[in-house]
Amino acid sequence: MKWTEPRQIARLISAVEDGRPGHEEQLKELFYQTGQAHVIGVTGPPGAGKSSLTDKLAKYYVDQGKRVGIIAVDPTSPFSGGSILGDRIRMNDLTTNPNVFIRSMGTRGHLGGLASSTHLVKQILDGAGADIIFIETVGVGQSEVEIVQAADTVLMVMVPGLGDDIQSMKAGIMEIGDVFAINKADLPGADRAKIDIQNMLTFQPEKDWLPLVQMVSVKENTGIEELAKAIEMHRSFLNEEDRLAIRRKRNTRNELIDLLYDKLYRRLVTQGNFERYLEQIVEKTLDPYSAIDKLLEDLRSENEND
Amino acid sequence: MEQMIRVLVAKPGLDGHDRGAKVIARALRDAGMEVIYTGLRQTPEQIVAAAIQEDVDCVAISILSGAHNTLLPKVAALLKEQGAEDILMLGGGVIPDEDIPFLLDNGIKAVFTPGTPTSKIVECIKENVTK
Repeated sequence: MKWTEPRQIARLISAVEDGRPGHEEQLKELFYQTGQAHVIGVTGPPGAGKSSLTDKLAKYYVDQGKRVGIIAVDPTSPFSGGSILGDRIRMNDLTTNPNVFIRSMGTRGHLGGLASSTHLVKQILDGAGADIIFIETVGVGQSEVEIVQAADTVLMVMVPGLGDDIQSMKAGIMEIGDVFAINKADLPGADRAKIDIQNMLTFQPEKDWLPLVQMVSVKENTGIEELAKAIEMHRSFLNEEDRLAIRRKRNTRNELIDLLYDKLYRRLVTQGNFERYLEQIVEKTLDPYSAIDKLLEDLRSENEND
Repeated sequence: MEQMIRVLVAKPGLDGHDRGAKVIARALRDAGMEVIYTGLRQTPEQIVAAAIQEDVDCVAISILSGAHNTLLPKVAALLKEQGAEDILMLGGGVIPDEDIPFLLDNGIKAVFTPGTPTSKIVECIKENVTK
């Protein structure tokens, strides 16, 4: 998989997204090339400016000669299964840059702010030679924190006027940011938002990294370079004392569990007896707990026969 | 697993009217497709780069400026250059009837003019995208 062959990268991503069989060999090969890219998760409420800010930051890295991959996730309709993926609108200048690869993804029913295959898409871009990967989540509320499992650095994009200091004290999303950007800093209330967030952050004594808070305005193009520097500082921090390795091990553990779950789930559900047991459960001739034991037993004997 | 149909809805050239493109995008979304919308004033090069990166099955171009005879074949030619002529190309907008045969001869599969029910466009995509 080469960076200079975007069509092949794009097609592998689609295969992975659709869960089409037969791409495992490619992923296996690719895996050994991964781990080079710095993965920056960009999250925050809808309309905070995640895409616009990603665009600006991506330009900053491209200007430094880096290859940048961008994964932009938008929600899928729970009714039709369709989606409008509109993050590219803010990134049009980057579209034809050979050092940038942008991919939009629908969540396809997955909760947590990402699509279930976002981790794999990240690996594909990483393996294809990206230096920096941005993963932009859907607009989040208070508890979509999955990005923390996919990223080395989580950038939380906030805007003024989202509520008082109690909002910033709540558990969940506010706890996962490594760097905070207060976007739309040209609007009134930005100073207040910064103070509220900083106050909240100083009350996390168990953490050895105090998240940085940077005011930015995409509209007025201010604070972008400082924000990129803050992200770099977090990266340097991760590079000390094996912190990156520890964080990635935790994330790899989660990814492995997801892959295992996915594979086991597919094998168990597509197994011949699944529907039969289901019928028996409906007829009350079998209980679901014994059915699960039977399914696992079936899988074991199937493996022995292989 | 489902095989998702992905469509790029694109607005090339200089006209700033995207109501039609948005209506189409919405209709395709409601038909269960993933619609990538890239906004106004796209160059053919931008449209093709986005189509390739997003691995879309269809590029649907809305154009009201009158430059369709230039821009639509240009997109088709660039797709071909990238070995991506398998991507279904549709055109829509204010396009005079007498221009349509030329477009159909130059890589555009179908052209939809004002008054077309959105269901017809959905149908056309589902028929021509083989997944």
